[in-house]
Parts: sequence; C-alpha cells; structure tokens
Amino acid sequence: MLDTLKLPERHYLNNGHGLKSWLLTKDHKRIAIMYLISISVMFLIGGLFAAAVRVELMTPEGDLFLADTYNKMFTMHGVVMVFFFLIPSTPAVLGNFLIPPMIGAKDLAFPRINLLSLYLLWVGAAFFFYALFAGGVDTGWTFYTPFSSSASNSNVVPTALGAFISGFSSILTGLNFIVTIHRMRAPGLTWFRLPLFVWAHYATSLIQVLGTPVVAITIVMVAVERMFGFAIFDPVRGGDPVLFQHLFWFYSHPAVYIMILPAMGVISEVVSTFSRKTIFGYSFVAFSSLAIAVFGFLVWAHHLFVAGISTYSAMVFSFLSFAVAIPSAVKTFNWAATLYKGAISFETPMLYAYGFFGLFLIGGLTGLFLATLGVDIHVHDTYFVVAHFHYIMVGGAIMGYLGGLHFWWPKLTGRMYSEFFSRISAILVFVGFNLTFFPQFMLGYMGMPRRYHAYPDEFQVLNIMSSAGAAVLGVGYLLPVLYFLWSLKRGEVAGPNPWGASGLEWQMPSPPPTENFKEQPVVHGEPYEYTPHVAREANLV
Amino acid sequence: MSGHVSPKSLYYSIFGALMVLTAITVFAAFLNLGAMNAPLALAIATFKATLVVLFFMHVKYSSRLTKLVVTTSLFFLAILLGEMMMDYATRGLGVIPPPLQ
Repeated sequence: MLDTLKLPERHYLNNGHGLKSWLLTKDHKRIAIMYLISISVMFLIGGLFAAAVRVELMTPEGDLFLADTYNKMFTMHGVVMVFFFLIPSTPAVLGNFLIPPMIGAKDLAFPRINLLSLYLLWVGAAFFFYALFAGGVDTGWTFYTPFSSSASNSNVVPTALGAFISGFSSILTGLNFIVTIHRMRAPGLTWFRLPLFVWAHYATSLIQVLGTPVVAITIVMVAVERMFGFAIFDPVRGGDPVLFQHLFWFYSHPAVYIMILPAMGVISEVVSTFSRKTIFGYSFVAFSSLAIAVFGFLVWAHHLFVAGISTYSAMVFSFLSFAVAIPSAVKTFNWAATLYKGAISFETPMLYAYGFFGLFLIGGLTGLFLATLGVDIHVHDTYFVVAHFHYIMVGGAIMGYLGGLHFWWPKLTGRMYSEFFSRISAILVFVGFNLTFFPQFMLGYMGMPRRYHAYPDEFQVLNIMSSAGAAVLGVGYLLPVLYFLWSLKRGEVAGPNPWGASGLEWQMPSPPPTENFKEQPVVHGEPYEYTPHVAREANLV
Repeated sequence: MSGHVSPKSLYYSIFGALMVLTAITVFAAFLNLGAMNAPLALAIATFKATLVVLFFMHVKYSSRLTKLVVTTSLFFLAILLGEMMMDYATRGLGVIPPPLQ
C-alpha cells in the first residue's frame, strides 16, 4: 500500500521558501521545527560538556581539567541541558506542532507571541554563549548564593540573564497553550475528550506561567546583589542564603514536572496506540497531571533538608514529597493496565515508552529515598542524587521526548525513518543510560560526593563503567540524527496515519498543510477509540 | 475587552488614590513603628496592587475565568509565602544546643 502513497503537493514545509519565510513565519509547525533544530544543537553542546565530565572522571586524579575548569564543565552542562534543552524540549517542539491539530485548530491562539518565544530562547542562548566564550561560569546550574552573588569570579551575570530571558520564552509558550486549549477547541471536543497529551501540556503550562516568574526575579536579585552590592542573600550583611534556595526551588522543583509531564503525555498517546486500546482510567490520568502540577509546588524544600531549614518544616516537606509520588504512580499503574490484554507491538516509539516505564520507575522510587529525612542526610550532594535526577530528567523526560519524536516524525516530515536503526538506537539509549547512571547510585551510596574532579581510587571501576555507558548513550543519541536526516530524502512516504492511530492530528495529511485542516473538524466520539473496526478504517486512510 | 467601559473620572480617582497611598508609604517610612514597619508598608503596597488589578487591569469587570486566573495566581503566591514562613517561623525550635566543651 505504501508504494501508492504520495506526499501532498502543498504542505507547510514548501509553503514559502527562503530564510525569511521561516524567520517571519507565524505557522506553529514551522516554529516547532525551528525549535527542534535549536534545541538539538543545544543538546549536542550540553552533551559535549557531559562527555568532558565523564572523560575527566575516568581516572581518580584530576588529570584532564583543573578543579575550576571542571566546575565550569558541569555547570555549563547543567545550564544548557536544563534551560535550553529540557524545559523547551517536548512542549516547544511536539506541543507546538501538535496541540493545535489535536484540538482541531489552525494555529495557537497567539502565533506572533509563539514566534517571539522562539526568539527569546535564541536571545537567552546568545547570552549563554557570550558567557561561555568569555570564560564560562562555575556556580552550578543552581546559582547558589552566596557563592554566585559574592564569591565566584566567573560570568555569573550573563549566564543568569540568559536563563532569565529563556524563562520568558517558557512563560509565553505556556500562556499560549493555556489560552489555546481553553478557547480554540473544535466543536464537540469537550475537556474529557481531549487527548491526554493536551491535558499534560495544560498542566505543564500552569507550572510555566506560575513558577517561572519567581525564578526569573530570584535570578535578577542575584545579579543585583552581585553588580550593585545589595545585601539580599549575603549572610555577612544580614541577608539569607537559604532564602535564595527557597525561591530558586519554588520554581526549579516544579520545573522537573515541566520536563516530565509532557513526556508523560507522549507516553499516554504511544501506549494507547501500540496496544490498540483506549487508555485505562482516562480521567484519573488527566487529573493526575493537574495533581502533579499542584502538588509539585508544595515540595520544593526537600532540596534544603541539610541547608539549615527548620526540622518541623522539613518534616512537612518530606510528607508532601511522598504525596507527590501518588499521582505519578496513578499514571504508571494506568499505563500498565492499558497494556493488559492489549494487542501490544514493539515499534520504536513503544520501545522508548517501555524504556520510560523502567527508568521513570527507578527515578521516582529513588526520589522517595531522598524525600526521607534520615536517608537524605546520608546521600545528600552525592552521586546518588545525580543518578536519581538523571533517571527522571533523561530516563523519563528525554525517553518520552524521543519516543514522541519517533511517533510523530511521519507527521512532521511525511516520511518514515529506518525502523531497524531506530530500534537499535532505542536499545542503545536504554542500555547506555543504565550503564551510565546505575553505577552512580552505588557511588553515591558509598559516599562519593558530586561536583569533584578527583576521587579516591576505590571508586574508579564504577566510574569507568559510567563513562563507558556515556559513550554508548552518545552513540544512541547520535544515530537518530543520521536516520532522521536520511529519512527526509529517502524515507518511505508515510501517509496520513502510518500507525493507525486515533486522534485528530492523524486526520491531516503528512506533512500537514499550513492551515492544518481544510474544513473545521467536528468531534463526535471519545478519545482513543481502538475497536477493531476503527483501527481497520484508520489503516485504510 | 468587550463590554464594560469605565468613565475617565474613575481612572483619575484611582490614580489619585495611588499617589496618596505612595505619599503615605513615604510618610510611614519615617515613623519608627518597630516590628510593624514592614507589615504596614506591605499592607499599603498590597492595597495599591489590588486597586491596579481591579480597575486598571479591568479584573473587576472581567469574566469569571479571568477572576479564576487571578485567584489561582494568588493561591500559588500564598503557597510560596506560607510554606516559606513555615520554615522561618519554626527555625531553631526544639533544637538542643551542643554540650559545652
């Protein structure tokens, strides 16, 4: 059947040529593609810093970098990956591309603001690059005071401004999504007929809009203290460094949910499609997204357990941190129940989803270790923490992002990639990831602190395993670049719905026309209808 | 912003009120009220912000959805301040000082 498929004559990719047609576009799909390219470049740069860190840690001695240089390497790895890759990743690329068609709209509510948000990310990245070429920054991505405000002699202010500006990019994206989802749904598309991907992005947007301004102002306060000598966080002059940690983590803990919630939205779509079943417990999965968004704002001080906060508030934050695990568990159990008796298949997006289950489970459960007051004192600031958050932010968020990218790539480009190489890549990512980060749990538990370029000899074997894993992971991440680029020219034509998926976006041609739908779609049915009859029809499209 | 159009006089009155409140803030800054210095300044500032939100930003005449958005943001601000104060208010409570060497 595939031989007879042709790309549509007119679609968003060939509707206008030249740089100007891209830089001044208001089409959410083109903006999504520019986001994709931008954050892929940032991911590569962040990955190079990570590689530098792992090469240094292959030997116990600090023989590749000076301690100061090493500090800059992990700081810039963190800054790039968090602010310029993970935060924009799934929402800005897949959310931007898919939310309008998923709700039957032609574009986002504010197309110009959408383009502005991309420009802001670029401006923020420009500040970061300035800081990089001016000598880098060494505060850690968390900009902890008083080191960042009083002591560090690296480029704190330009980096902080970069993060500040990219924060506004994130706020504008969230604002756009909230208004779009509220106001532009197709006739018949009630809230409880929305795809769970849209619910997840709605919850994410709430965090972006409500949390990001707090960190933005906090960063400004650091810059003001550093440049003009205001005593906000400096304890010598009556400031309070713990206040910075409170304000910073008020955003930066929910920021983890900005990364993971959209990935969870992807997983809901992928699991339902590749098990040919309606999602189990739709409303529970939808509301658990909102619950994560709200509970996520209540738990931040578990990052401060050893920073000198009151024991009583630490107990409350510990309890609340346990509570936030409940909605995540609700999702995981519902996905498992969706798989039960489904017609499960093993295409690449589903391999990423399986990987997500395992890695997110480990990442989530080790989060409970860290939420336990006594255990946290033992493993605080060790590699246990590093392993934990990489299981969430890489094992969870990036697996979801890559799964989504593979799932919707045919929609983005109209062509299929090599299933053989993409499966190999998914397996390499899973194996490489575990080889990289599981030893770090052990290192942390044995007491290896994070952020040092040298360590005692007995930690070397596990560190070499970790560095070897990073190399495998690197290959796993580079492979998709190759087969995705290859697919642009030589990939099989995908047709509108290669996976036989439900959902409005699969009713558009691939690649879609600029206006998405020729006629306003009207929704009559429930989401995720995978009765054999519907599936058969979908395959025949 | 369909619907309500406020008379110009209302805007001038609100502007006047904001100016008077600013003057009161400056005046209060010269009074020594001890522990009440900051709460008084914050109370005046909150009142001013409320005027701006209700009248200049038209929330008083907006849809229930807009009011919900404003209330939600205040709710999250309350979380930020409330949970943070939970730490500051109980810091040092029940801590047993180390024995003298």
